[in-house]
Amino acid sequence: MKPQVAFFDFTSCEGCQLNKLNFENDLLDILKHVDLVEFREAMDDKADHYDIAFIEGSISSPSCVERIHDIRRRSTTLVALGACAVNGGVNAMKNLHPIDEVRETVYGDDKYLFATLPAMAVSSVVKVDYEVRGCPMTQQDFLRLLIALVLGKQPPKYGSPVCVECKLNENECLYNRGMVCLGPITRGGCEAACPSVGQFCTGCRGLLDNPNLDGMLEVMTSHGISLDEAKKRMLLYNSNEVQL
Amino acid sequence: MSRDLDIKVHHLTRVEGHGNIVVNMKDGVLEKAHLSIVEPPRFFEAMMKGRSFHEAAIITSRICGICSLGHQLTSLVTTEDALGLEISEQTVLLRKLLVHGATLQSNILHAYFLAAPDFLNVGSVFPLIATHKDVVLRALRMKRLANDIGDIVSGRAVHPITPVPGGFTRIPEKAELLEIKRRLLEEALPDGLETIETMKALAGAIPQFERETEYISLKHADEYALYEGDIFSSDSGAVPVSEYLNVTNEFVVDHSTSKHAKYNRSSYFVGALARWNNNHAQLGPEALAAADAMGLKPNCHNPYMNTIAQVVEAVHCILDSVRIIDKLIENGLKNEKPNQTPTRYGRGVGSNEVPRGILFHDYTYDNKGNIVKANCIIPTGQNLANIDDDMLKLVPEIVDKSKEEITLNLEMLVRAYDPCISCSVHMLEVDFIE
Repeated sequence: MKPQVAFFDFTSCEGCQLNKLNFENDLLDILKHVDLVEFREAMDDKADHYDIAFIEGSISSPSCVERIHDIRRRSTTLVALGACAVNGGVNAMKNLHPIDEVRETVYGDDKYLFATLPAMAVSSVVKVDYEVRGCPMTQQDFLRLLIALVLGKQPPKYGSPVCVECKLNENECLYNRGMVCLGPITRGGCEAACPSVGQFCTGCRGLLDNPNLDGMLEVMTSHGISLDEAKKRMLLYNSNEVQL
Repeated sequence: MSRDLDIKVHHLTRVEGHGNIVVNMKDGVLEKAHLSIVEPPRFFEAMMKGRSFHEAAIITSRICGICSLGHQLTSLVTTEDALGLEISEQTVLLRKLLVHGATLQSNILHAYFLAAPDFLNVGSVFPLIATHKDVVLRALRMKRLANDIGDIVSGRAVHPITPVPGGFTRIPEKAELLEIKRRLLEEALPDGLETIETMKALAGAIPQFERETEYISLKHADEYALYEGDIFSSDSGAVPVSEYLNVTNEFVVDHSTSKHAKYNRSSYFVGALARWNNNHAQLGPEALAAADAMGLKPNCHNPYMNTIAQVVEAVHCILDSVRIIDKLIENGLKNEKPNQTPTRYGRGVGSNEVPRGILFHDYTYDNKGNIVKANCIIPTGQNLANIDDDMLKLVPEIVDKSKEEITLNLEMLVRAYDPCISCSVHMLEVDFIE
């Protein structure tokens, strides 16, 4: 029997889901091997149970907390898709400021009209079995995981920094070109997508297991940016992980 | 007829983001009819505060995956205005090519995957794979090409990489552009013409509903405005982009985490139908013929026809992309570096037409090139008041139908606007108090 697969979006841009609708060449083949039972962005259907539930987005409101519990209860395997779901992503930058100030600056006197929480990783609230990192996740990375799950195998894990893949692509180091890049502390698996087209690594796949943050700050500041600016760059995708 | 109606569509499907439709009628009196926006607010202002001009576009493109190219380009234009960064003709042409790619992808996605299932009485595009495989494959082919334009010119179609303040970190190669041109002419153009036939066949299922409203879009003297121009209102004419706040006039309503907007009336319309109504005379003969074939006339007041206007624009984007590629190659591709040396620091305002309508960004930078104040006004937010006004007129007109039919008509109405709810609740409008 084909696995029953569903996609859910929480606080996010829905770009990771969109990347799946962008599987133009492979979409029909993928659908031969899984039953897509729920995907609100593209279809009306609803289901009661999911073999694999893919979760995009951060948990950032009381209704998000209730909904993710309900989905977890009805799912055999739960996968966090993309930076927002894996560690809070860019949403977590709001956690760097006092929450009342954040609300007041947007809604003014109506600041208590809409309930909000700090932006959290899905794994802060319920158990996450697997993750696909990146902002957005790459289609290849998603497919590798999906194929492994359909075949009952263990999905690949990435332990080395973006720099390894950048070197394999024979790129000149961006630090040599006067740019400041987070490749040395960022988990690989993206095939160095940004440095390979001349743009610095923003750290969207999150930190390595044992990043040398002090060393990274030293490298960054020795290449012409202030310590303050270096820390901000590091926090872009890692506000919930880095304590500076 | 004195009728009671209580409609609540929770988490409307086949739209981007989370919205509920709420209608209450008691003894034939309509008490409530609106689109309630329940997407969690994201508070982008907290993310932007103190951020470098190198990061502004990276962050704002994350407001929305579907509209990421639009947010990125508008962010870049805004930063360039604020910092006095001149850009080259090549940069402008490459950006216009990207706008066409993103518009084609988004309009095709909406017309085939999100709107068409309603016309065929199915819940999604997936059952159509069995019944209309050639049509689905055609839609996928057009989307793939549109995304390939994004991948090749901007490094990645969803959350582009190479467009940065002052230019591009990588210039596409001539051979890559020529291959896109070949596919535009040999694949996308025939597919676009077939799409017109398909939509013609479905046009009978488009509800007949008229409500004249104010239509707002960019307008440019020389072209069908997408990348640049002045703000234009069908009621009151042109306004410079720098004065956008006089047009948008945002306000908070309690049924929506996204703010609403109004200008000369209680609401206005942005998006493909507004662009068509304001600028149709600047389309080429092929796009005009497409509109004619699908029954889209100038000054169309049926919001459901927005989907048809999107298909007309798809034809325009295909052909104008070919013209832009020819121009780029005729000029000779230059391996330019982005111009990132600010000549001033201060406030900048930028605007582009993105698939769902006119988009504004407004940033103020300090003298280190860090953001102190930011504001984004999103097409879907601007359309919300207009959707509510449509519902107030529509529900009494169709009140004799069954509750299911009324609900479907309302769902189709909201979908016709192709709303992007993640965008609308980005919440990036604030004065930072330092």
